[in-house]
Amino acid sequence: MSFLRQIIAVSWLNIRTISQRMSSSAVAIVGIAGVVIVLVSVLSMAQGFFAAMSGAGAPDRALVFRTGADDEMTSGVQGPEADIIKQAPGLRHEGNQTLAAAELFVLIDLPKISTGTPANVPMRGVEPTSFPVRAEAKLVEGRMIRFGTNEVLAGRAATRQYAGLKLGSEIKAGQTTWIVVGVFESRGSVAETELWCDVHYLQGAYRRGNSYSSIHARLESPQTFTQFKDWLTANPQLNVSVKPEVEYYMSQSQTITRLIRSVGFGIAVLMGIGAVFGAILTMYTAVSTRTREIATLRALGFNTASVLVSVLAESFGLAAIGGVIGGALAFLAFNGFQTSTMNWQTFSQVAFAFAVTPQLLLQGLVYALVMGLIGGLLPAIRAARLPIASALREL
Amino acid sequence: MKYLPLVWRNLWRRKIRTTFTLLSIFVAFLLFGLLMTIRTTFSLGVDIAGLDRLMVIHKISIILPLPSSYQQQLKSVPGVEVVTHNTWFGGVYQDPTNFFSTIAVEPEPYFGMYPEVHLPPEQMKAWLADRQGAVVGVDLAKRFGWKLGDRIPLKSFFRTKSGSDIWEFNIVGIYQGDVGFDNTQLFFRYDYLDENRQANQGAGTVGWYVVKIKDGSQSKQIATVFDDMFANSQAETKTTTEKGFIDGFAKQVGDIGAIMIAILGAVLFTILLVVGNTMAQAVRERTNELAVLKTLGFSNAKVLTLVLVESLFIAVVGGGLGLAAAWAIVSRGDPTNGLLSPFVLPRVDIAIGIGLIAAVGFAAGLLPAAGAMRLRITDALRKA
Repeated sequence: MSFLRQIIAVSWLNIRTISQRMSSSAVAIVGIAGVVIVLVSVLSMAQGFFAAMSGAGAPDRALVFRTGADDEMTSGVQGPEADIIKQAPGLRHEGNQTLAAAELFVLIDLPKISTGTPANVPMRGVEPTSFPVRAEAKLVEGRMIRFGTNEVLAGRAATRQYAGLKLGSEIKAGQTTWIVVGVFESRGSVAETELWCDVHYLQGAYRRGNSYSSIHARLESPQTFTQFKDWLTANPQLNVSVKPEVEYYMSQSQTITRLIRSVGFGIAVLMGIGAVFGAILTMYTAVSTRTREIATLRALGFNTASVLVSVLAESFGLAAIGGVIGGALAFLAFNGFQTSTMNWQTFSQVAFAFAVTPQLLLQGLVYALVMGLIGGLLPAIRAARLPIASALREL
Repeated sequence: MKYLPLVWRNLWRRKIRTTFTLLSIFVAFLLFGLLMTIRTTFSLGVDIAGLDRLMVIHKISIILPLPSSYQQQLKSVPGVEVVTHNTWFGGVYQDPTNFFSTIAVEPEPYFGMYPEVHLPPEQMKAWLADRQGAVVGVDLAKRFGWKLGDRIPLKSFFRTKSGSDIWEFNIVGIYQGDVGFDNTQLFFRYDYLDENRQANQGAGTVGWYVVKIKDGSQSKQIATVFDDMFANSQAETKTTTEKGFIDGFAKQVGDIGAIMIAILGAVLFTILLVVGNTMAQAVRERTNELAVLKTLGFSNAKVLTLVLVESLFIAVVGGGLGLAAAWAIVSRGDPTNGLLSPFVLPRVDIAIGIGLIAAVGFAAGLLPAAGAMRLRITDALRKA
């Protein structure tokens, strides 16, 4: 018991006196806080992008593409095919409506507000059934589009990122003029980056005849997916592939998420090494300025373990302070920060918000503590092995 | 020169501190180098794009095709040297996550237009002789282990006349672009695509045009001539310089790169500040020693120089090795297999790095050294 008490007493002494060694402790704290900021903020960007993409999917929805197409950009489904698909079993019905919508996905140039440069904003031609298919999409401003006209709904995120999407404003694309009549929200997902308009009007404007990009279908339940898929793939009139919506959006987010994560982790590891050097430096300084104190403690009968643990505890304490500061700064600066980037699979814009999640903060703190542990180890061993007699004589 | 041993001894009086200060600076500049490389990646090599090359794309969106008849009309504009076209093929090799760009081109005009891309003449000959031929970037070839003569299938959204979405290519050449050019692309012959795709899949159209003009300073005027030429037609155009186009594309990828760079830059700056402070601390500790030197007859300037040489030494050795390490890592090529392309450390940034090293060395040494220089000997001696 006294063994433990010794350890606690000396460690507590060290931690309480950190403030007296502030200038040298700052090296460790700032270094570690910096690493945590980088780690947490960069990963929160990947997290936010991932959340925006995966949030667009629902387990009871499926997408139908032309065989071989991996995304809406490259897929094409002809009108007659679309009519057959809508008769497939396993689809949900509401009243006399079958919840399957044939949609057309194109890109339109709109200037980014932040830079004024053009960006490929996705524009989706929708059918009346598109709205019950996506139950989460809610009109929050203005009114619904009238089908058969040049009216569009703008996603909430799109209105924040791209210019000219105010209610009532006109968008010119080639020889077509669109009028924004409403704004919708969709749980902050990628759908909010899109503009929605009447699919038949869009087919005309883009000279697509009677062809669509894909069919968005709402199933009776996630279990009827296989039934739906089997019926479509077995039908000789069709040449289509079916994907669960969740899976589709996950695969869409892969490239960017992987890119950001690998850059983020790579840099964080390198910076971590730098921060460990900083921590080692700090702890050596702390040990060497207290050589006599430590020797005195030892002479009084405190054992080596208590000295060793106390130095480690101090290093841990510094790391924890750094970790908390870093996490807090990253959270304050970046949580909810709105930005947009390009999805490489479809070259279309995705607006999203940084998401600093509790898991990321925890990850940052753990990383900080690991850096503190490694940084404190060598100095702790040195402190524990100080020869008492000569150390007492020092200075 | 004879004071070097003195500086040397001063440096190593606290071995641990000096070692770890060196290591911290090393890591900081290693990071700096890698950071600048990533920054270049996110700007998509815009620094090397030509001003005498114009991109003519569909006004509504680059995804919409342009008629191939535009080629003759573009050629007829005075000041135009070469007109060629590119078509995005969207090829997928094995798995959609193996992303790389696949573009249908006209071999000779295209490569003629890009003198910074090198393809051995005999490979160009082989390409002209083989309709199914394709040339790939040296990094792409490395990534998939492709050799000359390999036959590879790519899946595309284009369908062949027989209804398949698989297209086969023979690798007949491997190109190597100068620093900054994307060496992870695949180019193949447009005539192969156009003759074999189904008629309803854009037969007789191309993706976009690349135009080389005689005088880069004329680019604005010529761009206006092009766009006016096709105004109110079925496919209106938008013409920009290649630099402007790539820049615009990079801006679409957008803030994501800029934000990462900003975060990392801020943190790097803080680390340098802290390390600089440690170095300055090492000098401050010795104020009374410096006073002794002055008592012995060292002039103010000499004391200043001694201290500066010491801090510059740490900055130059640590930072120099860090930059060198970054350069070595970058020149070994992209570790993520083409995710980060182009992957180069531009010379400008190396120069900036060197400047930064000097700045850190001076800033860390100058303040305490100047303080020491101005010190009155008696005060300083009493401090001890």
